[in-house]
Amino acid sequence: MKPVPEPTRRLPLSMTVNGRPIELMVDARKLLADVLREDLGLTGTHIGCEQGVCGACTVLVDGRPVRSCIMLGVQADGCDVTTVEGITPREGLNPMQQAFKDHHGLQCGFCTPGFLMTLAGVTPQEFPDEESIRELLSGNLCRCTGYEGIVVAVMAAWGRDR
Amino acid sequence: MGWRGDERGRKCGSRVRNPDDVSVKPPPFKYARPESLDEVLRILSEYNGEARVLAGGQSLIPLLNFRLARPQVLVDIALVRELRQLEVERGVLRVGAAVTQNTVERSSDVARLCPLLTKALPFVGHVQNRVRGTVVGSIAHADPAAEMPAVALALQATMVARSAAGVRKIPADQFFLGPFTTALKPDEMLVEVRFPTSRKTRAAVTEVAPRSGDFAVAGVAGKLVTTRAGKARDVALALFGVGGSPQRLHDVEARLAGQRITGDLLDQVAALASHNARADSEDVHADAGYRAHVSGVLVRRAVEEMTR
Repeated sequence: MKPVPEPTRRLPLSMTVNGRPIELMVDARKLLADVLREDLGLTGTHIGCEQGVCGACTVLVDGRPVRSCIMLGVQADGCDVTTVEGITPREGLNPMQQAFKDHHGLQCGFCTPGFLMTLAGVTPQEFPDEESIRELLSGNLCRCTGYEGIVVAVMAAWGRDR
Repeated sequence: MGWRGDERGRKCGSRVRNPDDVSVKPPPFKYARPESLDEVLRILSEYNGEARVLAGGQSLIPLLNFRLARPQVLVDIALVRELRQLEVERGVLRVGAAVTQNTVERSSDVARLCPLLTKALPFVGHVQNRVRGTVVGSIAHADPAAEMPAVALALQATMVARSAAGVRKIPADQFFLGPFTTALKPDEMLVEVRFPTSRKTRAAVTEVAPRSGDFAVAGVAGKLVTTRAGKARDVALALFGVGGSPQRLHDVEARLAGQRITGDLLDQVAALASHNARADSEDVHADAGYRAHVSGVLVRRAVEEMTR
């Protein structure tokens, strides 16, 4: 992060997105989710509620899951950002994505990138049982599945019996 | 045909290409990210009341998105090293304004010396919020349903406020004035909160919320020490979500002090807590009467947990 000593409306933003260094000028008021979608064309990050409740816009900032609709783009200056595009292999799906597909972890798919990024930003050992997994997932809303398929997918991807 | 696919397609395409034609939610503001606290305080003083401090932004940015807040300037404190301290000094846990909730939640020192904070933090939003949100920011925001202000009140924390003019130390029981309203002046910021520590204290947080991570309909943050003779002392209980500010239950604490905790006593304190709760919050989830009633239930559960 570089210091910005005097208040300004527009400023340079430099960050790494999915391993690629990015430099651009942005309005200070532009949300990280909109920078990713509009300036970088990474539309896998979905915007649902725009108030930090639904979790659809979850991305990783320095490896930890955050809600990109309640973070300014300029707050990611100097950070390493990962979106759902960044965890998706060139061919096929990653193991968690495959588990979602195999176990009906999605229907309409709008919330799915957010769930995948939340899961990509935590260590499975911290969520040893189904109850703790459900609590982790409570920060992402899904209106289709009733969560059952998602929980089953996570348990399967993390090698847990159910 | 009411819908013309090609026209819509062109519109979407041009929106992505033209960087000036974009969806922006927050109102315009100027942004600064200074490296020193003095610079932060200078800007706060210069824009007297029209500048807001940006820490984690987990409350402030939703307010900007709704345009309920329209500050001229946001001062981001992410680069201010002196606001990043998390340390125990002479029995006091000092939490700086830039320390995230997730950092405090994971600290083994905090778990050992200030267990009420550690117990309360998992209730604060979701992990995605705690990665960015700060303990001090939550206290300064003073949401009536938030856990951190109640923890500060129960522990009798000291608020350290700074402005270009100097420093003020404000006890927690004089800090929360009402919903989203604190004793901070427009050009002041909360730079640090000091929590007293104790190795003997037991702590509990109990709350009722529609789902995990939602704002509490009602909650209790409590601490106490059990003596070798099995009696309670140093009891503190604070309600949140029930009224416009967190509230201490001094009468309930006095009823428990020096007593062995029995079923009869728990019945009495639950009734007293329901009676004394100043419940004036009402919303779609619960009316004031329910909040008062459930305050007693939650006090009972908290005391049971701490004396089990």
